[in-house]
This record gives sequence, structure tokens and C-alpha cells, in this order.
Amino acid sequence: MAERKVRILIAKPGLDGHDRGAKVVARALRDTGFEVIYSGLRQTPEMIAETALQEDVDLVGLSILSGAHMTLFPRILKLLQEKGLGGIPVLAGGIIPDEDVPALKEMGIAGIFGPGTSTQEIVKSINQILKRV
Amino acid sequence: MEIVERLLAGDRRAAARLISLLENDASQAPRLVAALYPHTGRAHIVGVTGSAGTGKSTLVGELTKKIRARGEKVGIVAVDPTSPFSGGALLGDRIRMQELSTDEGVFIRSMATRGSLGGLARATGDGVKVLDALGQDLIFIETVGAGQSEVEIARAAHTVVVVVAPGLGDEIQAIKAGLFEIADLFVVNKADREGAEGAVATLNYLLDMNQTEGDRWRPPILKTVAIRGEGMEAVVDALKEHLWYLKESGKLELKNRERGEEEVKRIISEAFLGRLLSRLKEGEWERMMLRLAAREVDPYTAAEKLLESSRELGQEG
Repeated sequence: MAERKVRILIAKPGLDGHDRGAKVVARALRDTGFEVIYSGLRQTPEMIAETALQEDVDLVGLSILSGAHMTLFPRILKLLQEKGLGGIPVLAGGIIPDEDVPALKEMGIAGIFGPGTSTQEIVKSINQILKRV
Repeated sequence: MEIVERLLAGDRRAAARLISLLENDASQAPRLVAALYPHTGRAHIVGVTGSAGTGKSTLVGELTKKIRARGEKVGIVAVDPTSPFSGGALLGDRIRMQELSTDEGVFIRSMATRGSLGGLARATGDGVKVLDALGQDLIFIETVGAGQSEVEIARAAHTVVVVVAPGLGDEIQAIKAGLFEIADLFVVNKADREGAEGAVATLNYLLDMNQTEGDRWRPPILKTVAIRGEGMEAVVDALKEHLWYLKESGKLELKNRERGEEEVKRIISEAFLGRLLSRLKEGEWERMMLRLAAREVDPYTAAEKLLESSRELGQEG
């Protein structure tokens, strides 16, 4: 019989064109047995929320390097909420200054991974977060 | 059933949840499909197959835009392989369909094969049923590359589009892989590249050779440059023409009946095997498999013995 698989959306909001980090994470997650939907560069908050809905994902990972996280993340969280997906944990990775971390956690980002985080650490946190929900 | 009610009312979240249920839990499938089934059968199901790198996802995305412009709703089930090592999958078809994400008339679902060998997932057919019941007029099934998916996609779809691209050696592969027999429509994508005319000529030649007396549908060969949206109208027209041909020739009914038959056969054999296994003594199956591995029995004898002992036990019970 088929088993339940964890589905994760990896998306890149905003305008920067670098997705190496996102792809490395996506591959690492696949290699630990997750089904990873990678939706590509330059996603609007609307695209990300709608993709999360259609793909029925268990978790959303956002990769951002452009510095626009303080405007884009609240919008994404709000749209997820509006679509009835408020319970899905959202994680963030990329370049996020330390001083923004408390505010992001406050608004509901469940985990933040800066440059240099190993993929093992990310997988470990994801497993912990999924256990909680 | 509440979730099916919501689906029928057009709730996209319900559609997404239902597909997951059908993917994850085969024990729920019977009652869910029973509730869905009366509301299916409206959509035109189009399979898109071809080797990796021919541009299937881009083509499906661009065709969808044109079909949307004609006012029809579109569903897409994009299948990608599950890694046999980790059980995970990287599903990247949406990268080529980004703009469609926010169109309310389009529903895209990425699906991993999860161990199914044929190029489609076990739940692909059920996913199509969900999108059909949601009210999508045309549903694309995009297969995992080409290779072993021919029979399955021919069964799952009304119309099969085989995509080739110049320079990939696909013209020859097409015959080898048996893609030729299942194609209702050929698309030579990336037709701005050198070798496009050659690919068209080869396909034409092969069609002449394979055409049998009385064939009323000759698969059209259409050139496209999907990345620039070129040639899309002609492909959409050909899809419509093929559907019309199927209806008018009575083949649509035949195809639907064959698909139903195959589905029932598959369900029966799965159920039969399940019942057989449940009737065996504890550990009997495992012991037989060990003997098979040790070459003490052959597969036919093993099957015969297992069938026999399930019959005996069945009579006792």
C-alpha cells in the first residue's frame, strides 16, 4: 500500500536571480525522502500561496537573497492564511540580517537558516517542525 | 461525503486534498472514487509524452494559455520520477508554467511515480478524475520522459501528443520505443533548430510506412517553438479535431470502455492478491519467497502452491 509522503514547496520570492542555494536544499530534501516541488525563480506571493494550495504541501521553504523579505514574507503568510493554509509551517533561508530574525519569528516564520547552514541541519529542523504539527 | 461536495462546488483546496488522499491511502480510494465517478467523464484527456529535453512542460504551459484564451478550464497532472534510492522526488515541472499558477481556471498538480514503473503514478488516473469533477474542460497528463509509458498513457488519455526535438536522436527512438503506434499527434518542438525539417520528413516517411488501409486519422506533424509560444494555435486546433474525430468515429466510446475495463481488471487483480495473501498461514509467503530466492522452487511452482494453499485454507474457513 502507498505510504503517506511529506510534500514540501521550495520557492524563491522576489527578484534576485540566484537559485543555487534553493536547488541544493531541494536536492537534499529529495535525498532524504521528501517530495519536493520546486517552482522556480521570481515568484510572487500570490503564485507561492496558490502553488502551496494546489500541491497540498506540508511545509513551505522560501529562499531569498534580495533583501525584500520584510515586505514579501508577511504577504505570503497572509495569503496562506486566507486560503485556509495557515497551519502550514513556513521556513526561510538565504540572506537575512540577524536584526530581522525576531520580527520574522514573531510574524510566524517557523525557522530561519542563514548562509553556511548545512543541509543536514535543515533536514533535522524540518523533521522536528513536522513532528510538532 | 463532505470533501467531494466541496470539490463539486469548485473548492480548489478540496481538490488538492482529495488528490493527496487518493495518492496516500489506497484504502480510502473505493469510497472516494465512488462519490466522484458520477461527476466525471466530461473532460478531454490529453497525454503528452516524449524524451527528456524535448520541452514537454513548456509546451503544456503554452498550450494551456491558448486554451484559456478560448475560455476553457485546464487541469495539468505532471508526473516525475520518484528516486528509487531515497523514495523522494524533485518535481520541477511548474518552473515552466509559472504564470499559470495564479489563473483560477488552471489547476496544476505535480505527482511523483512512487514506485510505479510505467511512467505514470498509480494515482494519476484518480487525480485526473478529481480535476474532471472540478470542472476542468481539458486535462493534460505529462509523463515522465518516454520509454515505458507508452501503453499506460495510451490507455489513460483520449489523445496522445508525442513531442520530439531536433538533434536529440528522437526520430529513431520514436520507432524503437513504440511511441509511433500511440501518437495521435506529433509535435516537433524547438523547430527553430537545425534538423527540424529532417525530423518532420522522417516522421512523415514513417507514417507512410505504418499507415494501414482504412486508417482515417493520420497524425498531423506540427512544428512549434514552445518557449516563444509559436505554433500553439495549430496544436490546439489539432487536439480539438482529434477529439471530434474520436466522437464521430465512435472511437471515444470504445476508448472509454477499454479504459474502464483495464481499471476494473487492475482493481480485481489487486483485490484478489490481497485476499490470497490474507488467507495464507503466517509466514507462508515469506518462506516461499526464501525458497524461491534459494532456487529450491521456480516462480510458477511457487505461485501454484500459494494459490493451492489459499484455496484449502479458504475452504476450511
